Amino acid sequence: MSAPTRRVALKVVGATLGAGAFAYAGQPVAQWAADLSLDEVLRKHYKELSPEELAQILRRLEAETKETYGVEVRIEDTPAQEGVSFGYALNLRACIGCRKCAEACHQENNHDRRTNNSYIRVLEMEQGSFDMERGTVDYDHAVPAPGKFYMPVQCHQCDDAPCVKVCPVEATWKEKDGIVVVDYDWCIGCRYCEAACPYHARRFNWQRPEIPADEINPDQGYLSNRIRPQGVVEKCTFCLHRTRRGLLPACLEACPTGARVFGNMLDPDSEIRWVLEHKRVYVLKEELGTRPRFFYFFDE
Amino acid sequence: MSKVRANRALPGWRGRCKTSRVLMSRLAAMSIALLASCGGDSPRPLRPPPGPPVGRVEIHQPERLTSVATGDTDPLGRPVRVACVTCHTLRTPTQLPSTTAELDEFHQGLEFDHCALSCGSCHVVGDQRSLRRADGTTVDMRDAIVLCRQCHGPQTRDYDHGSHGGMTGHWDLSVGGRVRNHCVDCHDPHSPAFQPTLPVLPPRDHGLTRHRSNGDH
Repeated sequence: MSAPTRRVALKVVGATLGAGAFAYAGQPVAQWAADLSLDEVLRKHYKELSPEELAQILRRLEAETKETYGVEVRIEDTPAQEGVSFGYALNLRACIGCRKCAEACHQENNHDRRTNNSYIRVLEMEQGSFDMERGTVDYDHAVPAPGKFYMPVQCHQCDDAPCVKVCPVEATWKEKDGIVVVDYDWCIGCRYCEAACPYHARRFNWQRPEIPADEINPDQGYLSNRIRPQGVVEKCTFCLHRTRRGLLPACLEACPTGARVFGNMLDPDSEIRWVLEHKRVYVLKEELGTRPRFFYFFDE
Repeated sequence: MSKVRANRALPGWRGRCKTSRVLMSRLAAMSIALLASCGGDSPRPLRPPPGPPVGRVEIHQPERLTSVATGDTDPLGRPVRVACVTCHTLRTPTQLPSTTAELDEFHQGLEFDHCALSCGSCHVVGDQRSLRRADGTTVDMRDAIVLCRQCHGPQTRDYDHGSHGGMTGHWDLSVGGRVRNHCVDCHDPHSPAFQPTLPVLPPRDHGLTRHRSNGDH
């Protein structure tokens, strides 16, 4: 064996540094893997799960919530209903911009308390204009302010949803009753859907949601308001855990002016059908062809 | 190496061919079974459609129709209200004032801003539990909606079709009922215009601040 040369020494130093850097770079992966159970890694796509496998996942998630947040919750997954296709309409003439809907959403859907997150954003805009880009969302004066109108924006549950089309892993899809859902355990957090949505309706969990134990809503749905993990995208589901059990969405119940109308668009006697058939209805960004299930309307 | 393989392959060619055929057929069967089990998007079975509406639709009874706010709060911070009958069983006014300015003893400072109506347009002298309709007949105070309907046609139409006034409960009346707001839940009958209120829950998430909304994009 030849005597060690400067070249060999450099090689050794380089290899050590390289290996060190590699190990350091791989650290987050190792930590991430520690958080992830084997069941989670090996599970199938939501649509391929048998009822037993799904039940197993729900019980595991309940146990994990208990461990992380110290709260007993019930996570269910109620399937869609035949002959039901959800629609939502909002009376722009009635809305006063009080943000009570956003608050109700915040509480119902177990949003992060620190960021005041909500699936609803209320835009304050000049009367006579309809430029969303010029709308403000953090107004803090008494409402309704003279010369302004208010437009709450949330997921429009588009029938031709751009967010669904861009998802590279099929973590988001449209359910039979028209609701676009996200499987938070399948989402890889690429945020393509957030960028694709013309209504800014999707939110990204930069951190694990912080919610005091006594404020957690224990009535949870797998595809709706269960507490989302860090690094995944979330969105309004028209309160699927409520509406699939026949209840009205939380934002509608909270509205003090009765500006919101929700119901089954396949039922000809429903309130939503009456609004769509008799009122002047406006579809936000209709020109994009997204075919929303959320409509704005005006009295007279 | 290749020579050895070729030599070995030649004598057993027929046999191998047979096994490979069996293998192939097994593989095909397995892949068909796999495809069938995955089934791509095999949707979960839908629940049956909603049945006939059986849920009750009730109208909420606002406190305002049977009591008045005193402006005081009890030690727990709850507003103290006094039932109308507390005073009106003992005192029976003999005539109604024509304007709120004449209220010198009770209901002082009552603000009135409801078109050109006067007290007697709705109230009945000597009977604080009833309201007077335009045709002179009276209705119970709790049915004040009947009174509102006389003038507010478009609102009545919208209310009857569920597009005016808030509600709680079920959209699907085959599952359960719902409670609808009374006109007076939201509108003060003496001053029915919606009063300005401070908004709640200011958004604090990234990218929503005012300078960004108004700034250059």
